[in-house]
Amino acid sequence: MLEIRGLAAAINEKPILKGIDLTVPDGEVHAIMGPNGSGKSTLGYVLSGREDYAVTAGSATFNGIDLLDMEPEARAAAGLFLAFQAPIELPGVNNANFLRTALNAIRRSRGESELDAVQFLKLARAEAKRLAMPDDMLKRNVNVGFSGGEKKRNEVLQMALLRPKLAILDETDSGLDIDALKIVADGVNALRGPEFSALVITHHQRLLDHLVPNRVHVLLNGQIVRSGGPELAKELEKRGYGDLIAEAA
Amino acid sequence: MAADTETLDTVQSVTQSGYKWGFETDIEMDIAPKGLNEDIIRLISSRKQEPEWMLAWRLKAFAAWQAMQEPQWARVEHPPIDYQELHYYAAPKKKSDGPKSLDEVDPALLAMYEKLGIPLKERAILAGVDPDSVENRQVAVDAVFDSVSVATTFQETLRKAGVIFCPISEAIREYPDLVQQYLGTVVPVGDNFFAALNSAVFTDGSFVFIPRGVRCPMELSTYFRINTRNTGQFERTLIIAEERSYVSYLEGCTAPQRDENQLHAAVVELVAMDDAQIKYSTVQNWYPGDAEGKGGIYNFVTKRGACRGARSKISWTQVETGSAITWKYPSCVLQGEDSVGEFYSVAVTNSHQQADTGTKMIHVGRGSRSTIVSKGISAGKSNNTYRGLVRMLPGAANARNYTQCDSLLIGDQCGAHTVPYIESRNPTAKVEHEATTSKIAEDQLFYCRQRGLSEEDAVGLIVNGFCKDVLKELPMEFAVEAQKLLAVSLEGSVG
Ligand SMILES: Nc1ncnc2c1ncn2[C@@H]1O[C@H](COP(=O)(O)OP(=O)(O)OP(=O)(O)O)[C@@H](O)[C@H]1O
Ligand SMILES: [Mg+2]
Repeated sequence: MLEIRGLAAAINEKPILKGIDLTVPDGEVHAIMGPNGSGKSTLGYVLSGREDYAVTAGSATFNGIDLLDMEPEARAAAGLFLAFQAPIELPGVNNANFLRTALNAIRRSRGESELDAVQFLKLARAEAKRLAMPDDMLKRNVNVGFSGGEKKRNEVLQMALLRPKLAILDETDSGLDIDALKIVADGVNALRGPEFSALVITHHQRLLDHLVPNRVHVLLNGQIVRSGGPELAKELEKRGYGDLIAEAA
Repeated sequence: MAADTETLDTVQSVTQSGYKWGFETDIEMDIAPKGLNEDIIRLISSRKQEPEWMLAWRLKAFAAWQAMQEPQWARVEHPPIDYQELHYYAAPKKKSDGPKSLDEVDPALLAMYEKLGIPLKERAILAGVDPDSVENRQVAVDAVFDSVSVATTFQETLRKAGVIFCPISEAIREYPDLVQQYLGTVVPVGDNFFAALNSAVFTDGSFVFIPRGVRCPMELSTYFRINTRNTGQFERTLIIAEERSYVSYLEGCTAPQRDENQLHAAVVELVAMDDAQIKYSTVQNWYPGDAEGKGGIYNFVTKRGACRGARSKISWTQVETGSAITWKYPSCVLQGEDSVGEFYSVAVTNSHQQADTGTKMIHVGRGSRSTIVSKGISAGKSNNTYRGLVRMLPGAANARNYTQCDSLLIGDQCGAHTVPYIESRNPTAKVEHEATTSKIAEDQLFYCRQRGLSEEDAVGLIVNGFCKDVLKELPMEFAVEAQKLLAVSLEGSVG
């Protein structure tokens, strides 16, 4: 279970998150929506341990352990995965090699045996096929020259392989064609189970048609201003954030 | 499968202690007194049972050296070297006629090479995954310990192919005509201060001769090891590839961990005739000194290849991770029409290491082409300079050069410098130069760490990616070794 209490964070002394309270029980998928610049990505970065962000107040625990105290790789080992809004390019680094290195790092931390290149490729090819990703994306350099949609699919491939306990998907649906959207949603749905939970950051109701959330939260100016069931997303799609912004002002 | 797939596995297996090749081997040595004079040169020459002409050649070089000054133009700094404080000859004591086979080699020596991971036993190295390629993966090794070659493997197999691969001291005795015909023709005795010194006092090194039309049946390799305290190592390598022949030669080096600096001044000469190809790869891992910059090897090396024949090709690939100071410019003189020179380099400096390295491509023949790919990585308080010369002579019609020179900085206390010299005296010749400097971006590190990689593994991965264009030029065994070295030499450079 992810428990966030009064979390505040700043970048370059500028406060971005201003007291967030949020609980995501195991087995649940929660959606986070909100206007551009409201702090959604920042929340994902702070939870996963990006260094430029200073936590100024509050706490965040996952299954009782204090996330904020851990190195990013330790959080990953604890089961946290962040699908980046803008996936990073690693020139010269072979995608399959990167994925296998990551997977083996995670497996080691779980006390599982490492996969050799042959075992890994078999697994990766099967997952890539499920995501309708062409094989050659495994051979290319990580995200280099990938189209916007390919980058997002590559994030989902990584998630599928690493099998996190808590996935944060930051606008993974943006830039995806309609078929891909469904594939991505299926990818998350396949992981769903009593030991898996997810925070899905999105601007679009259409993802939530395929990936029905237990709860929807609206983040505005660094605070959660409204929470509700799946119907909240539909309402926002129709009415926009205008009312909420007016209310907050 | 790309060799880099294995990188991180191998990195895991490497110790955390930094330089792991720093042990010293206790072996009874025959050492010349300290200092350099004509008598020492005579002593070296007589110990090697050299013919008279060789001694005369050495003495000529010594006279030239005495009139020369240490070069000052490189971006390196070190206290003055006292050339009279060094030993110029150190050899393991052994039966005076030397070991006839590996069985006669001192077991302590064999054990040391075992520890270094160098196979002196004659067996195939199964580094490849493809069982069909086993035959091709055999590597003949010449091991040079301080001043002498201690063992050369696979001599018989090579001889059958007509290939000569032996210690240069043996070549001077057994093949004097060949040696006399080529020695010093690429790097003349008075070429530069360190080359002159080497010519006067060189003690061993490898000699390779590939006759007309022969493709050398296996990789040839020399491992250099400095062991004795206060010993300079001056090896000399001469490789001759006759018409339509091919050879791939690898060189590796390590040294014990010591507080004082040690001098290594080698000379390598390559000659390629019509349609011949020489591929020369180096993984240089001399002791770099400690974290405070104490100790380490001064690596002052002159390497040059002459593409004498039409369509001949010489390709230098180097991975330089060791040494306190590296001063080294493997070069090609492209005399033959349509001849090709290549230089692929990765130079890593960390802590207080200094590297001033690069290449010279001298285009003489029409249609000659050269490619330079240099990757410099600086970390800690180190300084890393690429210095390269591309010269197009008047006869070099339609000659081409392409240079790609990239620097990667880790941390903010290190320096990267690029010093390209371009001289063109032929209007049809084309020279292209591209240079970039980058830092490992925070977001790249964070992305890797979010996926579970430790910071050091992340740096290793990114650095290996940065060097890929060079590493892929290395033979398989060396590529894996080189990746391990990159990771180890950058240990502690982040965070
Ligand atoms: N390095 C930085 N310096 C100053 N401000 C920053 C920095 N990084 C982010 N911000 C600001 O933090 C605020 C929140 O950004 P964040 O990326 O979390 O928004 P978001 O809700 O994810 O928006 P979007 O929907 O556009 O992705 C923005 O106003 C942004 O400009
Ligand atoms: Mg965002």
